[in-house]
Amino acid sequence: MSELNNSEPHDASLASESQSHEHPVDFQNYLRRCIYIFISILCAVSLMIWASYLPHEHFSWAVKVTIILAVACCNAFVVAGFLMHLISEKKMIYTVLSFTVFFFAGLLGLTVWAMQDFPAGTTH
Amino acid sequence: MDIPYTVQPRPETGLYNAKVGIWLFLASEVMLFGGLFSGYVLLRVGADRWPHGWLNVTLGTANTIILALSAITTLLAWVACKVGHFGKFRFFHACTLLLALSFLGIKSYEYHDKWIHYEIKLNDGTFADGHLVEKSDDFDLANKTGTFTIHGRIVTDENDLYDLRSQKNIQLKEIIVAAADIKSIENYGPWHNTYLALYFTLTGLHALHILGGSIVIGYLWGPGRRMWKTDHQRFTNRIEVSGLFWHFVDLVWIFLFPVLYLT
Repeated sequence: MSELNNSEPHDASLASESQSHEHPVDFQNYLRRCIYIFISILCAVSLMIWASYLPHEHFSWAVKVTIILAVACCNAFVVAGFLMHLISEKKMIYTVLSFTVFFFAGLLGLTVWAMQDFPAGTTH
Repeated sequence: MDIPYTVQPRPETGLYNAKVGIWLFLASEVMLFGGLFSGYVLLRVGADRWPHGWLNVTLGTANTIILALSAITTLLAWVACKVGHFGKFRFFHACTLLLALSFLGIKSYEYHDKWIHYEIKLNDGTFADGHLVEKSDDFDLANKTGTFTIHGRIVTDENDLYDLRSQKNIQLKEIIVAAADIKSIENYGPWHNTYLALYFTLTGLHALHILGGSIVIGYLWGPGRRMWKTDHQRFTNRIEVSGLFWHFVDLVWIFLFPVLYLT
């Protein structure tokens, strides 16, 4: 949420309804952009639901889960990229997030790895 | 005493401190939910069978749309702050608050629905499954007295209760079960099976985040709005930070919905 810069220093006394015409273009642009984002989220949700009802004679649950999670990732990109403005953030935030991605991938990766690594004689 | 960098960006980071703080907090939140999601993967892959169609997709979709809409209104509230339009800010933040409460209302209904849903193992080896309609006053499982009435169905194989997606035209009716015929009875709480334990843990933690976010948004909409006049830029930054948290909560739901409701 950083690229919308209000260059003029804000005077608290001006913060009233009567000043609403100061930056009408910015707000309208944002509103239009939000409508597009909302529609894209609705499309992604519809796609996920459609995929979950694909006939299981032709699509196994593994295939359906893959399709649904792929759509969910695209949906998450829209939310994180445009609503959280991650596509135009400062380097500091990317650094923090790259560490998070590394540890998150490690967390999931180690879990999956551990599933194939049962010590002998411990299952029954 | 003035707290530094509440408005001006800190030279080393290029950001005001609260924004660095919220991103560090969100990073820790990713690891919190990441741990639970990896637990989900571990338990699901290791499970012999996994329920399908146990949750109401319509309600889940409604909650998804509600959260997406609330994310939009949060962003618009922040933009309204940026352009100095107090009325719009109040309106969009109120919308966010109402949408958050709607989300919690639907979630409570879903929890209640699971709470009154029972699986009853009968002495003849069959299973009665459905929602509680009435429990007689003298119902006592230990003494085998009274009756338990559900709106549901009877199946001979417990596996039939697991994959509801693949079964067409499930006929439900009112069933009166005598306590003397019951071997065991359990509702669909978190103790029922691994899936429900994960469902209640993940959605419960998420609902707590919604509740926490609602309290913050409610404060900024109500008593906290005084800062609009005393320190407008700092107030706008507060709205931005709370908005980032709210978007994260929406982000988590984007994965919870398909993982629990659709797969």
